[in-house]
Amino acid sequence: MTARLLTGGEAVAHAMRQIDPDVVPVYPITPQTPIVQTFARFVADGDAHAELVDVESEHSAMSAAIGAALAGARTMTATSSQGLALMAEVVFIAASLRAPIVMAIGNRALSGPINIHCDHSDSMLVRDSGIVQLFAENAQEAYDLTVLAPRLAEHPEVLLPVAICLDGFTITHAAEPVELLPDEAVRAFAGEYAVPHALLESVPATHGPFAMPDYYYELRRQQAAAQDAALGVFAELADELAELARRRYAAVEPYRLDGAEHAIVALGSTAGTVKDVVDELRHEGEPVGLLKVTSFRPLPRDAIIDALEGVARVIALDRADSPGGVPPLAAEVAATLYGSDAELESHVYGLGGRDLHPADIRAIFAGDAPGYVGVRGAAWPA
Amino acid sequence: MPGLKRWEELEPGGTVLPAEAEQPHTGGWRTGLRPEVELSRCVNCLLCWLHCPDSAIVLDGTTFTGFDYDFCKGCEICAEVCPVDAIGMVPE
Repeated sequence: MTARLLTGGEAVAHAMRQIDPDVVPVYPITPQTPIVQTFARFVADGDAHAELVDVESEHSAMSAAIGAALAGARTMTATSSQGLALMAEVVFIAASLRAPIVMAIGNRALSGPINIHCDHSDSMLVRDSGIVQLFAENAQEAYDLTVLAPRLAEHPEVLLPVAICLDGFTITHAAEPVELLPDEAVRAFAGEYAVPHALLESVPATHGPFAMPDYYYELRRQQAAAQDAALGVFAELADELAELARRRYAAVEPYRLDGAEHAIVALGSTAGTVKDVVDELRHEGEPVGLLKVTSFRPLPRDAIIDALEGVARVIALDRADSPGGVPPLAAEVAATLYGSDAELESHVYGLGGRDLHPADIRAIFAGDAPGYVGVRGAAWPA
Repeated sequence: MPGLKRWEELEPGGTVLPAEAEQPHTGGWRTGLRPEVELSRCVNCLLCWLHCPDSAIVLDGTTFTGFDYDFCKGCEICAEVCPVDAIGMVPE
């Protein structure tokens, strides 16, 4: 296999072309646009066969996606930021209807102030919706995770929407060498779409019934079980993909954690920058490492505990804030490591596309960085 | 809550299949009046069938034969739209 120079957005669109979904209802928004633009060209050129539905909003995009997915059509979509915010109501419904829709999210800061650059506040908005959230570090990961996603979403024990989160601009618009699998290999890997009680098979069924206090709680419990099951299914699919692609994924990726005394925990493209800094610091003899969280939902709690065992200082880096509370990744890490002897530290960085430089990461490891890294003005929470 | 299913026993998402769907007899919601038809006056225009919000107008093929009182909620729309006053509301 040879690598091609592709942006993350194009790489996701190629994965979509190879999966060849039946229906793609979508509304354009920066920085998701290159995904849909590239995919629309594939459809226009006859290289993909999806019914591309130009809907009037993201709320409609996800609504149409639910209908298509439950009818028996493999369905994908993509959005960002305000689009995801508008869609949020229906993302919860997609998860509760157990509609296995695959969605790329080009991560972008939520308004306001209005901004188009990367942070994770959009994905965090739907953190508790029931959607599976996989964060890519680079264009190659965005491609590979998109290839894996339909099987994960459609697995009978999972049946949940799956989001591939790729950092806006940093991944969506930056060109990198990406190795594509052969079309027929992806098609064979994805296989045939199947959901229980597909309406196109003329199975009469009521999808999304009203649930009062006598059943609502059970159906929410069922969603939690589906998320838990997704961890095991992800691991199985990652093994299968590793045989095809010679690239191995896991819910978390420990990087040079052997003997590490200080470890950063991070999501997305920042993990790549941290790896470079870890290499430099290790070369200088500093015992530092990284734990990259690929699967934020479901959160692999046991794998996090195992990976960080013996690390004296655990530093969570959040590209989203929770004003008045604890930033989301820090809260997860703290709850996961509850009772451990590790010293826990939380930093917010990169909101609205503010760069996080290697020097910032060095300062974080050295204990010289404030709570809000890279902000002008007072940088420690009150 | 005895008789109710555990979450493991429910279809994903709570999808309801015909075999297990309860058929609540919503006709029990009527509050004292129910429609009756004098078939000798009926011209079988089927306006009542078209307007009935509860699909409670019973047909034999395309011929109006009466009401399904298990589902008729007594809303009086059929009586209102009947152009020949063949339908009237009577006390239960």
